[in-house]
Amino acid sequence: MAGHVKHWRVGAAGIAVLALALTACGGAKVGDDSSGSDSSGGSAECGTFNLAVNPWVGYEANAAVIAYVAQKDLGCKVVKKDLKEEIAWQGFGTGEVDAVVENWGHDDLKKKYITDQKTAVDAGLTGNKGLIGWYVPPWLAKEHPDITDWNSLNKYAAEFKTSESGGKGQLLDGDPSFETNDEALVKNLKLDYKVVYGGSETALIQAFRDAEKNKKWLIGYFYEPQWFLSEVPLVKVKLPDYKAGCDADAEKIACDYPVYELDKIVSAKFAKSGSPAYDLVKNFTWTNDDQNVVAKYIAVDKMTPEAAAEKWVEANQDKVDAWLK
Amino acid sequence: MAAVMEKTDGLGKVDGPANAPDPASAAAGRRVGRGMAVAAILLLWLVLFAVLRGKQTLTLAAADLTDLHRWFNDVNDSIGANRNSNPLFLYFFNEIRLVIDTLVTFVQELISQASADRPLPQIGWLGVVGIAGYVSWAVGNWRVALLTVAGFTFFGLQGLWQESMDTLALTLSAVLVALLFAIPLGVWAGLSDRVNRIMTPFLDFMQTMPTFVYLAPLTLFFLIGGASATIATVIYAAPPAIRITAHAIRSVPETTVEAADSLGATRRQSLLKVLLPMSKRTVVMGVNQSIMAALAMVTIAALIGAPGLGRTVVQALQSLDVGTAFNAGLSIVVMAIVLDRVTTAASTRAEAARSSKNRFLAWRRPLLGAGAVVTAVLVYMSHTYVWAAEFPGEGGAGSSIASAADTTATWVQDELSGLTNAVRDTLTNGLLNPFQSLLTDSPWWLVGAVLIALGVVFGGWRAGLTTAVCVGLLVGTGVWSDGMTTMALTLVATVLVMLVGVFFGVWMGRSALVDRLLRPTLDAAQVMPPFVYLVPFLALFGPTRFTAIVAAVVYAAPVAVKIIADGVRNVPATTVEAATAAGCSSWQIITKVQLPMARGALTLATNQGLIYVLSMVVVGGLVGAGALGYDVVAGFSQGQLYGKGLAAGLAIVLLGVMFDRITQAAARRAGA
Repeated sequence: MAGHVKHWRVGAAGIAVLALALTACGGAKVGDDSSGSDSSGGSAECGTFNLAVNPWVGYEANAAVIAYVAQKDLGCKVVKKDLKEEIAWQGFGTGEVDAVVENWGHDDLKKKYITDQKTAVDAGLTGNKGLIGWYVPPWLAKEHPDITDWNSLNKYAAEFKTSESGGKGQLLDGDPSFETNDEALVKNLKLDYKVVYGGSETALIQAFRDAEKNKKWLIGYFYEPQWFLSEVPLVKVKLPDYKAGCDADAEKIACDYPVYELDKIVSAKFAKSGSPAYDLVKNFTWTNDDQNVVAKYIAVDKMTPEAAAEKWVEANQDKVDAWLK
Repeated sequence: MAAVMEKTDGLGKVDGPANAPDPASAAAGRRVGRGMAVAAILLLWLVLFAVLRGKQTLTLAAADLTDLHRWFNDVNDSIGANRNSNPLFLYFFNEIRLVIDTLVTFVQELISQASADRPLPQIGWLGVVGIAGYVSWAVGNWRVALLTVAGFTFFGLQGLWQESMDTLALTLSAVLVALLFAIPLGVWAGLSDRVNRIMTPFLDFMQTMPTFVYLAPLTLFFLIGGASATIATVIYAAPPAIRITAHAIRSVPETTVEAADSLGATRRQSLLKVLLPMSKRTVVMGVNQSIMAALAMVTIAALIGAPGLGRTVVQALQSLDVGTAFNAGLSIVVMAIVLDRVTTAASTRAEAARSSKNRFLAWRRPLLGAGAVVTAVLVYMSHTYVWAAEFPGEGGAGSSIASAADTTATWVQDELSGLTNAVRDTLTNGLLNPFQSLLTDSPWWLVGAVLIALGVVFGGWRAGLTTAVCVGLLVGTGVWSDGMTTMALTLVATVLVMLVGVFFGVWMGRSALVDRLLRPTLDAAQVMPPFVYLVPFLALFGPTRFTAIVAAVVYAAPVAVKIIADGVRNVPATTVEAATAAGCSSWQIITKVQLPMARGALTLATNQGLIYVLSMVVVGGLVGAGALGYDVVAGFSQGQLYGKGLAAGLAIVLLGVMFDRITQAAARRAGA
């Protein structure tokens, strides 16, 4: 019987809803106005612009600003695709990706896609300089200033011991996307350390954050520009200077990482398409400070990439104008 | 209500937990003999380890490759290079992609994405909520319909309506495609033993091969985006449906089929009129498992450009934004619970309806019609009016959830980290390190021999043979040493899973109230994407192997708990009463009656615990576990390590098959 009553109730509710609909509670109709529609005019000349977004905030900053300008000033339909580097490069060949706007080295990928397959072309530098190396938390550099020279690392090896490092000092490596020579470096510089693989950027950042907050000993692989450095300004450890060719033989590397001139790569098809978005990508260039500002908006102030880009563009219209010339 | 994701067959079907009566004394004697044999093997191992330590350990540095790895790289490269000229691509993969892509785009434009001539999807939030509620009511009951409406509205309140609909669209498309293949294949495997035997290794492979390994090649075959994501999901979601369908067909009583045969039914008739209708209920559970498996892939699919909740999780974690990631993770959990309860209700509806009064049935038809009309009106309104199309509000609930999660995570990190470090160091130094060095520093042939011997002792000659083959292939992958490190982690994690499983399982099995309270938490732990809780875990335990173990325990323990709770509950009440009457204390009842009688469930829980732990190896690689997990992740990220990642993935599959066959054989013996 209870079920009986219940179903009447359902029926009554249905009739109420029907009545509601018939009395034309109305409101705006879909497609009547521009709410919810973000397509702006002029999209004909630019068309669709497929922008790869690699998974780190610095890249996101580049992509956000380029996408914002392409959409607002050029009227492109920007499709952002969240992809890891390998897969983004693969997309050049399949026509699913037009541009990668912050590339760290990747000589192997350049050889494969630019030289061999000829599906990608270089689109110039972003103006950002990428550093890779070993970093310590600021408190450690302050209390033991000599630690920022590799020569004194063995002296402190015992302090860096962890449950993972098998009695030696721990050198924490992180994101497998970046190339690392650390095992060779440890061996060739005769350091009493063991490379432990954190396995992700998340793991590295969390470890450094913890080390700074709780005054723990930590030395690890890191890189800049990176938004985290605006939260905890890690200090770079000096390794033997990089000289051209000193990293030729992977087994025998005993020198610092080179400074990476970060660059942009586009698909060969996109470069020939005559799209104004290609010119924008080609002309885009800014400084590490610029990127850090936008990255901080996104990562620390938790703004959406669009809002972060808008804020930066409004404050730096002159730079944007130079790209659009 | 069945649990979310009670994947009774992680790998290979486990013959139902056998609650055998107490073994005869002969069996007890055999067990003592087996214990002696194990002790002898371990002792011999320790002695030889002391002598041979560090010799022939087959270690391979992180950046080093073997010829096999290079060969995998070359194959991968040549596929990519010939993509546009290869007829296989032009006429086969591209066609598949086209079909799947059309399906996905169609569903997306229906509920989540703007289409060419419309700024909003065809059906707005009100229509989707209406349809979901109506369908849940029609296939289930009014209670799950309410749950569905509440759950779907919650997505909107969280500010994640569109993301949720994208995830729903991909999940539904993937499950649809998976079932299209899975049900016929399952029926076939159910009818023929031979097909079943041939199919099982493939299913094992599909379920244990880490997705990271085939994600990059998939985008080569099927391009970036929805189609690839759907296909990756199908690969993972189809096996449970195939296995459960086969199981369902097999469990139809033989006498019924014989009766049909004797009445002169053709094969086709007996399939359509007898076998399928009688196994309907179990087949629906297969659908349920497929959906759960598909939802487990949401975050991984985001790595190859799939839209939806997974992308929100992945993006939030780039800036370690635990709150936002948790909010999106919660949506996934809610979606999983809603879909689970609806399919479970659908599978039990048939009986429920039969037992209820006829008058109810008489009313059902007109009510269904009325419901359909109301739903149609809702759909029409959500198609036409903006307020019914776009979820109103800013998603304020979402930001409150995010900030609450953030506060909680920070508090836990600040308050508990001293304690957690002590636990970590004790366990790592006391148990993990010695065990790992025993495995990695022994010569490979010694460990291999020990594994084979243990396989024979626990599982018999056949299991020993499988182990031998697996050991041989493991050596062939070139990542033996990493494999042993991963094995040490897996076994330690499984021990912890079983401790947790026995504790909570017994508690739940003995009290219906505890069961009702704990079950939603267990469901949530199983479907919450691990990425969400990795950040707080990293803060508590640092990037260490222990963090990986904890993550694996969180994911694997719920399955073990549920299986053990079931086992304890199935111990006949009369036996427990008899023991109580004989003056046994609660402790005695648990240790002398309930646990021994639930032995079958305990072995099954061990089997599933191991397989679930193994499926977290790759996630472990992201938080400091190193070894095979790291190899797979690195292979996904760096082209020159691709082959090694693939080899590491194969090694994980081999470990899985080996563990599975040994524990299954042991389970059969325990039941015998």
